[in-house]
Order: sequence, then structure tokens, then C-alpha cells
Amino acid sequence: MISADIQILMPEILLSIYAMAALIGAVYTSKDAAAPALTWATAGLFVLMAVWIGINGLGTRVAFEGMFVDDGFARFAKVTILLSAAAVLLMSEGYMQRRGLLRFEYPLLVALAVVGMMVMVSAGDLMALYMGLELQSLSLYVVAALRRDSVKSTEAGLKYFVLGALSSGLLLYGASLTYGFAGTTLFSGIIEATAHELSLGLLFGLVFLLAGFAFKVSAAPFHMWTPDVYEGSPTPVTAFFATAPKVAAMALFARVVHDAFGGIVVEWQQIVAFLAVVSMFLGAIAAIGQTDIKRLMAYSSIAHMGFALMGLAAGTQEGVKAMLIYMAIYVTMNIGTFALILTMQKDSRPVTDIRALNSYSTKEPLLAMIMLIMMFSLAGVPPMLGFFGKYAVLLAAYQGGLAWLAVAGVIASVIGAFYYLRIVYFMYFGEDSDALDGRAPFVLRSMAIATGLIVGLAWVPGVNLFGIDPIAAAAAATLVN
Amino acid sequence: MGNILSLTTFIPLLGAAILALLLRGDDEAAQRNAKWVALVTTIVTFVTSLFILSNFDPADTGFQMVENREWLLGLRYKMGVDGISVLFVMLTTFLMPLVIASCWDVTTRVKEYMIAFLILETLMLGVFLALDLVLFYLFFEAGLIPMFLIIGIWGGKNRIYASFKFFLYTFLGSVLMLVAMVAMFAEAGTTDIPTLMTHSFGTEDFSLLGIQIVGGMQTLLWLAFFASFAVKMPMWPVHTWLPDAHVQAPTAGSVVLAAILLKMGGYGFLRFSLPMFPVGSEVMGPLVLWLSAIAIVYTSLVALVQDDMKKLIAYSSVAHMGYVTMGIFAVNQQGIDGAIFQMLSHGFSSGALFLCVGVIYDRMHTREIDAYGGLVNRMPAYALIFMFFTMANVGLPGTSGFVGEFLTLIGIFQVNTWVAVVATSGVILSAAYALWLYRRVVMGDLIKESLKTISDMTKRERLIFAPLVAMTLLLGVYPALVLDIIGPSVNALVGNYETALATFEAATQFAAN
Repeated sequence: MISADIQILMPEILLSIYAMAALIGAVYTSKDAAAPALTWATAGLFVLMAVWIGINGLGTRVAFEGMFVDDGFARFAKVTILLSAAAVLLMSEGYMQRRGLLRFEYPLLVALAVVGMMVMVSAGDLMALYMGLELQSLSLYVVAALRRDSVKSTEAGLKYFVLGALSSGLLLYGASLTYGFAGTTLFSGIIEATAHELSLGLLFGLVFLLAGFAFKVSAAPFHMWTPDVYEGSPTPVTAFFATAPKVAAMALFARVVHDAFGGIVVEWQQIVAFLAVVSMFLGAIAAIGQTDIKRLMAYSSIAHMGFALMGLAAGTQEGVKAMLIYMAIYVTMNIGTFALILTMQKDSRPVTDIRALNSYSTKEPLLAMIMLIMMFSLAGVPPMLGFFGKYAVLLAAYQGGLAWLAVAGVIASVIGAFYYLRIVYFMYFGEDSDALDGRAPFVLRSMAIATGLIVGLAWVPGVNLFGIDPIAAAAAATLVN
Repeated sequence: MGNILSLTTFIPLLGAAILALLLRGDDEAAQRNAKWVALVTTIVTFVTSLFILSNFDPADTGFQMVENREWLLGLRYKMGVDGISVLFVMLTTFLMPLVIASCWDVTTRVKEYMIAFLILETLMLGVFLALDLVLFYLFFEAGLIPMFLIIGIWGGKNRIYASFKFFLYTFLGSVLMLVAMVAMFAEAGTTDIPTLMTHSFGTEDFSLLGIQIVGGMQTLLWLAFFASFAVKMPMWPVHTWLPDAHVQAPTAGSVVLAAILLKMGGYGFLRFSLPMFPVGSEVMGPLVLWLSAIAIVYTSLVALVQDDMKKLIAYSSVAHMGYVTMGIFAVNQQGIDGAIFQMLSHGFSSGALFLCVGVIYDRMHTREIDAYGGLVNRMPAYALIFMFFTMANVGLPGTSGFVGEFLTLIGIFQVNTWVAVVATSGVILSAAYALWLYRRVVMGDLIKESLKTISDMTKRERLIFAPLVAMTLLLGVYPALVLDIIGPSVNALVGNYETALATFEAATQFAAN
């Protein structure tokens, strides 16, 4: 029995053994000298894991009496998490090396965070959920404060820690209420408990749990930490925050509302719809005044989380599918955008002021073109990839009976288009000035080109979004039935 | 020849890719090569589009040369052409070589400029050929990107304001259409345009936020599409982006905007609003008629007082588009024939007028009417051509402008006499502003010092105008050329519309009894 259980958990176990072994090994031997090699090795391992999970898993398997679930939904989320984490590690290496930030702990902390995320998306029990979430969060707190001698970075880490702890507290409170009134921490037990009679305690538990998740996905009105943490952290870490943890938190969100509270969709639908509409508008409006591109991306991610939540708010299988597609697309766009942000430097110091992009298109026509594609994609203008994500969630929301949410969403996206256009404006219409210098490193350049091609050409007949649609549909079908 | 439509649509994109990938450097030779590649690409596109026209059978009112293949998210990649769209395709492919030739003197970022226009051509052709809602939306909306860049990069002094206004204004209109498309897919279960044309959407009245919606779902969907197409047309009172965009855009950008992009709105009404939401059109039709009548009179009056030539022509465009919307929502054979005719004719004449402004702008770098006067003394050929297109704009019999205006007025007269009376006054007003503009710019003595050395049109400029003059005259004296092609399709459209309305009225009467 146990051996079968362990087999299901094999990827997570292997990854944690790797992280701990590498940590001990590096401490006793080469320390930071091994950091580049470790970064590449970790990224490689992530890709291998993604391939393994992607092609190996079939059907739904449950381990430890339901605490851990390995189904199509979890595998979709895990592959997205692993690939985006690998991409971010590849992008970080050169940047951090040049700035003396590349410590050997960095890739290993990322690996541990990824283990946490994998447990999160596979959680079938409130305990497993919390374990995964905390493993992820604790690793992220440390990574945020990676630049120990910078006030901003340590402030970001501290802020993230305090607010993260608060949200974990909310979540735990919700979990304990749920446990108290349902009599079990297993999702399968909770869904049975809600089927008979929905007690007020369970409802409160649900609300607190959702508030905790909203913190983790940085949905408004629980978004306050996001801009500061994005701004203060080293840029590669920001790129990481914007991608894999968001996917994990969103997948966890979907898992809990469907697996544990799937019987009372009406109860949480309005909460999620509220989070969605507030996030979309707040993200769109608050970003207008930003001049720091990292802060701008923080608000952009809040708005995008609003859209993903719109899919979830539909409360249907279609909605989960749309959310998965949206998150995969969001991650792709963000990796491309951050690859370009990482190339921004002046006198070999990183700059994040968007005015520094002035006349970027004359200096780096190719990279400016990719940035243009990314910005229009983030704004949801077809034929870019981002449009199809928006289309999928709008369709799901409308079919879920939330036509008003769809209308609100598109209006928010018009407001949001303004600040994406502003970046295009600086790059293409701006006055000539000696802003950025230095040549983009090979890794970042090729990463940007690759994502640029994906984002710009996914619509071509025959490419058809790289066939993500049926995969996401199958994944959603395993979660909602 | 099974995929001639896709071929025609994507040849310009291929040309753009060749420019982007293979052309290096920014010296004079590279710039010349970029222009030649773009010109050859657009000419090849025109030639392939001639195959579409020659294969096209006007008697068949269905979609022809249809391509249908797998696409993404359950949508289909479907293209096809019918009597309503085929001439818009021809208009686009016909004008693009002239547009490229008109920017032969551009020297800043030539390669990017050519790429932007080639991509824009692909997207415009896609709009007219797409037979899937989302595919249509993709082309329709993506066209904003190159146009935003064309205005923003190569535009005039206030280009940034104009480009943002252009983008956000039209984007807001279109996203509502996107929600409507999603709603249509949810209700009909398909995004296939021919299927949706035969699907009858709900007409049950219901109340939304306390407002009683007559015509129910159809009216709401109609309004959402209207939001998009009315901004694109543009109709009064959502036309304010157009004068800004026109004034700031470079000459070639203005030509494309006036001659082709505005027609997407009219095409949208014909492709979506009338056949898919007949009840919605019937409920909201009178509103459109009056908005059009107001637009014709109001914008003509506004055009009278402009002192920027491009702004004047932009307002005159809005007035002419008023005839188009009026003709469309008269929903009879003459009205719609006239509307399509007017759109094609306006494509030639307004494009030519913007080119006329471009000719003297290139020489004097100002569009102020006051800066000119007496040009006839030094530019006789220019004076002649400008005269010709001023007359076409006014709608002089013998030019294509007359046929369109006359047909739409006949159409509207049968439906709503008062609107026809108001709209007809626009004919007089258009003569007033156009002739007054001509007098101030071309006639009189050449007294301004700066104009003493101005030179007449070059051979290249004359060559650009020649096909436009020919088409305007040809359509003016032999309108059957167009009407024979569009006639059967328009007839079918009107027939379906009336059948749908009759069914609806029978149903409401039945419910009432």
C-alpha cells in the first residue's frame, strides 16, 4: 500500500531529495562557485520532470487515502509550473551572475518552492494543502529577500512574509472552521458534508479559505503586497513570482472550490465573481500611473488574475478549462515580457523606469518588436495569444450565466490597454535619448524570440494554439464532473 | 485554386515577412528595395484578386470559393466571398499599390512603414473574407495595431494623442462586439457566419436594469455590434476620433483609413446586423436613419468652417458615410445597392482627395487652407485633378459619387421621407464646402511668396491618380458594372430580411391574439 502511494508521489520526492542533497553538497564543498551549474541542473531537472509527468501520467490516482491526488488537472498545472520555473531559472542565471546575486541557495529554494507548488495542486486534503502552501511560501519569502544588502529587497521579503503569514492565518482559520463543521479535512468528506446541509460554520470556513487564496493569487482587494514585492525583489525573482506561484495558487483555488465545495457552486460563485471584477478594474486603473515597469507588471498581473478568476467564477468545467488555458497563456506572455525587462540596463545597472525604453525600437528593432507583441498580447488584442485566453474566459463566463462579468471584463481590458500602449508609445514614438545600453545576453535574447514567436503565431491555422485546447479540456474534465 | 482566398489574403503578409527577415540596412538602396518589394507584393495581390473576380459568379448568392479547416478552441478557419464582399476585396487590392506608390518619398523607417502597410492589407482582406465570427474579429481588431503604429510613428505633431484616441475609441467599440459574439456562440452553438445568418436569435422582450428591451436578445446583440461598427464608420456622435486620426496620420495612412478601413463598418452592418438581427435592425433602424441624417447635415456644416484641409475632408467623409448607413438601414434594393456603391466610390474619391492634399503637403509642409491660393497658375495638372475629385466628392452626375448618393436617397425616400429631405440638403452643403475649399486653394492670383516656386505634379504622382480617375469616371457612367455583381446578393439579403420580419410579426400577432 505504502509503496504504491510513494510511487504516485515519486516526482515530488525525487525533487525534494535532489534539493536537499544539492544543498548539503554545495554547503560542504564549493558553495557559490557551483551556483551556475546548479541553476542549469535544476532547470534541466524541471524540464525532465515536466516531460515525465506530462507523458507518464494516465488516469486519476489517489495516494494516502485521498490526501494526495494525481489527476489530469494536477498534471496540467504541474507541467506549466515546472516549465515556467525552468524558464525563469534559465533567464536568472546570467543576470544574477553579473550582479553577484547568484548564490547556490537560489536554484534550490526555487526547487523547494516548486515541490510545494506540486503538492498544492495535488492536495486532496486541507492538511496537504497547507503543507504545500507553506513550503512554497517559506521558500519564496527567502528568495524575495535574496539581495541581502538592499533595503528594498529586504523590505520586500519582510512585507511578503508578514502579509503572507496573515493570509496563511486566515486560511488556517478557514480550514479549522471547515474541519470543525464538516468533521473531516478530506475534500471528499467536505463535499459530502455540504451535500446534506450547509451550516453557517462551513460557509464561514469557505469565505476564509477563499480570502487566503485570494491573497496568494494576489486578487484585489487582497493584492496590497504585490506591487511592493514585485518592485523590491531582484527582477528574476519577480519574474518567478509572476509565473509559477500564480499558476499553483490558481490551480489550488480551482481544486478547493470544485473538489471540496463543488456542491455549493452558488455560494462561492459570487465571491469569486466579486474578486474577479474588483481585480480587473483595480489592476487596470492603478497601473495607469506607474512608471516602474515592475510595479506596472504587478498591477497587470492583478488584472490578469481577475480574468482567470472570471473563468473560475463560471463554476463549470468550461470555466476550469478556460482558466487553465488562460494561466498557461499568461505565464508564456510573462516569461517573454520579463526576459525583455531583464535586458534593460544602463551603464550595466538594471533600470526599470519605463521612460528608459524611449526610442528602444531604433536601437533594438527586434526586441522592441517582441515587446510590442507582448504588450498587445497582454492587452488582449488579436491575433496575439493573449486574446484567445480572454476569449476562452469570456465564453466560459457567459455560458456560466455571468454576462455582466464578461461585459465588465472587456471594459476593464480597454482601460488596461492604455498602459500597455504607453510602453509601445515609449518604444516607438518616444524622443531620441541615450537610454538603454548593452547588448541583450544570448539566453535572454533567444528566450524573448521564442516566446515572441509563440505569442505572435499561435493563431496560425495548423498551429492552433499548439493543441493546448484538448489537453486543458481533458484536465478540466478530471476536476469537474 | 482551392485556396485562392487565403492566398490573396496572406501574400502581403509574406511580403512583410520577406522585408522583415531578409532586408538589412537603412541606406538609400535598402529603402528603395523595401518600396519595390512592397509595390510588387501589392501588385501580385491585386493580380490574384483578379482571379477571384473572374471566378466569381454574381448569380450565386451564397458564399463562393469557400475554405474550411480546423482551427483553435472549437472555431473554424473559414473563408468565402459573396456579392457583398467581393468588391470590397477588389477595392482593397486595387488601392494598395497606389498607396505604396504614394509614399515613395518617405525616408524615415521605410522598411517598417512598408511592413505596416502590408500587414494592414492582409488584415483588411481578412475582414472581408472571414466566415467565422472570431476569425472576423481577429482581422477586424488586429488592424488597429498597424494603424496605431502608422499614426503614432509617421504622423504629425499631435500624433500621440490621435493614435491613442484612435486605438482606445475603436477598441472600446469592438470589445462589446466580442461579448456579443460570445453570446451568439453560446446561443447558436456555432461561430459559422453562414449558419448564423439563418439562425434566428431570441426576440422575446425582457427588462434589463429596469429598462424594457423591445426585440429582446436581438436588440442587445444588434446594439453591441452597432457600438463597434458605428465607431468604425464613423457615425455621429462617435466620429470624433476620425478628424484627429486623419489630420495626424501620414498621407498614405489617411488614404487607407478613409478608403478602406471606414468601409469595414458598413460591411459589418451588411454582413452581421441586417441578416443576423433583422428584428433588432427593425427596432433600432429609425434611430440609425436619424443619426445618419444629423451626421450628413451637421458634419457638412462643421466641414465648412475648417481651416485644415485634411480635417475638412475627414468631416466630409463622415457626411458621406452618413449616406451609407442611411442606405443600409433603408433595407431595400436601391438603398443597399446605393450604400455599397457609395462606399466603393468614396473609396476612390476620398482616397484621391487625401492624395491631393498629400501632393501639396509634400511641397509646402502645411495643410492650412490659408497658406495656399492660386495654385492653378503654377500647377495646372494638379488643379484639373483636384477639380475632378472635388466634383466626384460633391456627387456631380457622371462621376461615381452621384450614383451612390442618388441610389441611397431613392432608397430612403421610400422608407422615410423626412429623413430623405434632411439628407438631401447635404448634397447642397457638400457642394458648398468642397467648392469653397477648391476656390481658396486653387483659384485666384498666386500672391503668396512661398508658393511662387511650387512645382506641378511629377510623373509618378500623375500615374497614381490615373487609375483613380479612370475608376471614378467608369463607375459614374456605367454603374451596372458594380450593380450587376452586388445586385443578386443584395436582393437575397433584402428578401431574407423581409421574410424574417414577416415571421416575427406573424409570431407577435399570434401571441397578441
